[in-house]
Amino acid sequence: MPNPFALTKSMEGDVAVISLDGYLDAHTAPQFEAAIQDEMDGGHTRIVVDCAPLTYISSAGLGVFMSFVEELREQDGDIKICALQPKVQSTFEVLGFAEIFDICDTRQEAVARFDEPHAATVGEG
Amino acid sequence: MTALERKFTLHVPSSTENLAMIREFVSNIGTQAGLDARDVGKLELAVDEACANVIEHAYGNDTSKDVVIRATFDADELHIDVEDTGRGFDPTAVKSEELDKLVAARKSGGLGMRLIKTLMDEVRYEIEPGRKNELHMMKRIRKA
Repeated sequence: MPNPFALTKSMEGDVAVISLDGYLDAHTAPQFEAAIQDEMDGGHTRIVVDCAPLTYISSAGLGVFMSFVEELREQDGDIKICALQPKVQSTFEVLGFAEIFDICDTRQEAVARFDEPHAATVGEG
Repeated sequence: MTALERKFTLHVPSSTENLAMIREFVSNIGTQAGLDARDVGKLELAVDEACANVIEHAYGNDTSKDVVIRATFDADELHIDVEDTGRGFDPTAVKSEELDKLVAARKSGGLGMRLIKTLMDEVRYEIEPGRKNELHMMKRIRKA
């Protein structure tokens, strides 16, 4: 039984973009966790996670976002999430992630959000 | 449950690699039971979470163990039981902390059970020490 999941990384200026494709569950979440850790180890604290091709997410995947976001924000960075498919978006919403994370419609919008002078970090203050 | 109920059972080795197979199994049953696509998605996620808890917590990723998923449905209700013989870990007893507190503590625990309770219409847990543990979940079948 295939459990297709793929992850690609790129840079847009000083923003690291991680694109998730397929099924992010307890089996595949460690790959995502390692990818974010790699970015942080490389000094990248501005991260966009592009979910356009992501068709499924369970709490194991959501937990990866949760475990890194605070540390990134303490270093003046953030994880911004973009292009959620409706099914994946509903899982984010069930858990109230929209109030904690900055979720954008497109990758361009998410990348640009880092350069907004007074970009509000969702969930703070 | 009526006399017209139908029963299905899946036994799989306790490995996260098999979560895809488990999701496929329950999705097919949910569709056959008459759930709409949205509820099939909820069922798929709830059972994934329940089985991932068993694999990682009850069995501690011991792949020599089996996870058993039993599904029964009639015209009104779909019941799923996830059974294991591992440690008597009661996921329903996990305290649901506020999301912002979990983030501040860099913890991701408890999200799975929070999802299960939200996605299913009934959730309960039975422990028989040394024999088996069962998480019972029920989804009502909405009439079109």
